[in-house]
Amino acid sequence: MLPDNETRINDSAELWLDQAVTRYESDSSRLLQILHEVQERFGHISQQATGILAEKLDIPRARIESVASFYSFLHLKPHGEYRVLFSDNITDRMLGSEALMEQMCQLLWLQPGKVSEDGLVSINTTSCTGMCDQGPAMLVNGRAITRLSHQRVQEIAQLIRNRTPLADWPADFFRVEDNIRRSGLLLGNTLAYGEVLHAAVTAGAQQIVEVVKASGLRGRGGAGFPTGQKWEACRNAPGKEHYVVCNADEGEPGTFKDRVLLTRQADLVFEGMTLCALAVGASKGFLYLRGEYRYLLEPLHAVLQRRRDSNLLGISILGKPGFDFDIEIHLGAGAYICGEESALIESLEGKRGVPRSRPPFPVTHGYMQQPTAVDNVETFCQAALAVQMGAEKYRAIGTEKSSGSKLVSVSGDCAYPGIYEYPFGVTVREILQDCGAVNTRAVQISGPSGVCVPENEFNRKLGFEDLPTAGAFMVFDDSRDMFEVARNYVHFFAHESCGFCTPCRVGTSMLKQTMDKIANGHGTKHDLREIDKLDRVLQNTSHCGLGRTACNPVLHTLKHFRPAYENRLKSLDFKPAFDLDGSLARARQMTGRDDAGAHLKETE
Amino acid sequence: MSKKLRVATTSLAGCFGCHMSFLDIDERLLTLLDLVEFDRSPINDIKHCGPCDIGIIEGGVCNAENVHVLREFRKNCKIIIAIGACAINGGLPAQRNHLDLASCLTEVYLTEPGLAHGHIPNDPELPLPLDKVHPLYEVVKIDYYIPGCPPSGDAIWKFLTDLIAGRTPELGHGLIKYD
Repeated sequence: MLPDNETRINDSAELWLDQAVTRYESDSSRLLQILHEVQERFGHISQQATGILAEKLDIPRARIESVASFYSFLHLKPHGEYRVLFSDNITDRMLGSEALMEQMCQLLWLQPGKVSEDGLVSINTTSCTGMCDQGPAMLVNGRAITRLSHQRVQEIAQLIRNRTPLADWPADFFRVEDNIRRSGLLLGNTLAYGEVLHAAVTAGAQQIVEVVKASGLRGRGGAGFPTGQKWEACRNAPGKEHYVVCNADEGEPGTFKDRVLLTRQADLVFEGMTLCALAVGASKGFLYLRGEYRYLLEPLHAVLQRRRDSNLLGISILGKPGFDFDIEIHLGAGAYICGEESALIESLEGKRGVPRSRPPFPVTHGYMQQPTAVDNVETFCQAALAVQMGAEKYRAIGTEKSSGSKLVSVSGDCAYPGIYEYPFGVTVREILQDCGAVNTRAVQISGPSGVCVPENEFNRKLGFEDLPTAGAFMVFDDSRDMFEVARNYVHFFAHESCGFCTPCRVGTSMLKQTMDKIANGHGTKHDLREIDKLDRVLQNTSHCGLGRTACNPVLHTLKHFRPAYENRLKSLDFKPAFDLDGSLARARQMTGRDDAGAHLKETE
Repeated sequence: MSKKLRVATTSLAGCFGCHMSFLDIDERLLTLLDLVEFDRSPINDIKHCGPCDIGIIEGGVCNAENVHVLREFRKNCKIIIAIGACAINGGLPAQRNHLDLASCLTEVYLTEPGLAHGHIPNDPELPLPLDKVHPLYEVVKIDYYIPGCPPSGDAIWKFLTDLIAGRTPELGHGLIKYD
């Protein structure tokens, strides 16, 4: 790496680093959290800071650099006093994010991805920040800003030029709405905090497992594994320690229900985690909060503290001897792959978020190779509700194989984007009616890795029998080009591939190149066949689900919206991927030649 | 076998390493000659390719001449095989892709100390360099790929004998290598 031309870290900075490391008990498995703090304090992780950390944590510099370089919110080089990231989900684009970013670049005299010469600011894009119902959105030094407009972008550029500290920016910029449009048993619950736990402590661990099993509750992160079965397996797995992990790394573009749950139902989330701890015999829990939701950290810490003060966390919870449990919040740093449970655990251990080989599964070999129950935010809430209501009553809601309710994050072309709670079994059409969508062409269910549902399938139902979902529900009306939707998703996967296995690292990039080739007007039928081949390689040979699902957007849109692709194709059998004659222009200019040999025809 | 297959080979922006590896099939070259006839190839120095069954191409595309040769092969060969890292991905020559071509030429021919009256060569005989080095598949349709830098003689032998015998070539474990 090139030496960074910064001023040397002074004594007070070194003291600060020392204190930071001490706060984390010089534990190298907390590396990611330490790096987060260094990044927040200094704007980047300098070579010098790396050296000091390596020494104090007694790990090689290379390990620190390898971790820091994995996460897109951590920087090893100065990245500007103000680091601006525009959320680049298709829903942000549909609300005009591209023009806004261009405007901001012009206002600040800057190219995307570059740091301004005075080191003041950098502007770039980032994957969906989970503000799809109030976009376009951006992050400035990790803080979320919503409802961007030309007016707002102008104001932000001015604040940056004046070097106004982020704390003094108008509070309205950072306002995040909950936009709850329809409540059900979860969002409408009137439970006092601690209520479920009181009852459960009396009933005991075995009873919790039995009720959750009998309730038919299945994981709400998308895969739908039976929660009770998971808890039972974790409980029965031998190990020195057992752990509970709440997956709040809500990275699937178009999903934002966990953000709302952590804002409005944080107690229920922690209550569910504590129930799980009692059930599996864990004394330590983690909430893995995605870096984009950094602003929730302080409020969540306050909730945890209140629960400790009420003896709902800590030693001998609610007076039950031996029931010791506490929760720590671990902040992610902009890596979609960490939503995959084994990658999440690697990240919790302070490593790069590369998915593990499974089996063994986390229930037997999870955090620190110990039995670990990893569940989604919503799952913990639903588990608490199931325990409170009783299995039979809970099971009566929803469908046979999908009991209970589901939060749906609605965004895109509709009048009322936001959070909708429905019993499982609701049809796509009902949701579209409720959210005021008209002339809908398609809905992307469960994000880019999910399913694209066209108009003639709007009677399909949400649930594990038909359309399993983590909650994303992106609506596209008939003005939208489904090819561009798929291309946006393909770019997303290429960006988020962790790079560990070749089929995914190379395959997602090749898929991106081919989609770009078609978008640039160089596509042919041959390229559609190549896409088909790539899809099969990705599906059959990728290490984890990211690669296996990366081709879904293309497969589904090719199936339902093939003309959107074909309209762009040249009718020829093959076309070069780039402008051949144009790529000689530079050499022509330098040599002053313009003879016949200095040109190439597009085809012969 | 009724008729010998015609095979042409060439190296574009490559190092001839794949051709050297091809020669590593050693005495099997004689067996091969019973099965195929060589058209344009460095082996016989034929300058242009006629109608062929198989075209084997090493190296990526870095200049206008590469484009012409590649097109000549595509026009004449029923099957085109991209062989080696450069043909498949651009390989080592593509390392220049992150540099601006104009500044490369300026540095090499104009500003480098020790150049007396340097000028950027502009003779029409010389092919112009493309601003980037490209893999073959971006310029013409490619039917098969043999990865490796270079692929081993055994891999090339297996691939060709499969193809000649009418089997779908399958390198499999041990023969398929990317380095």
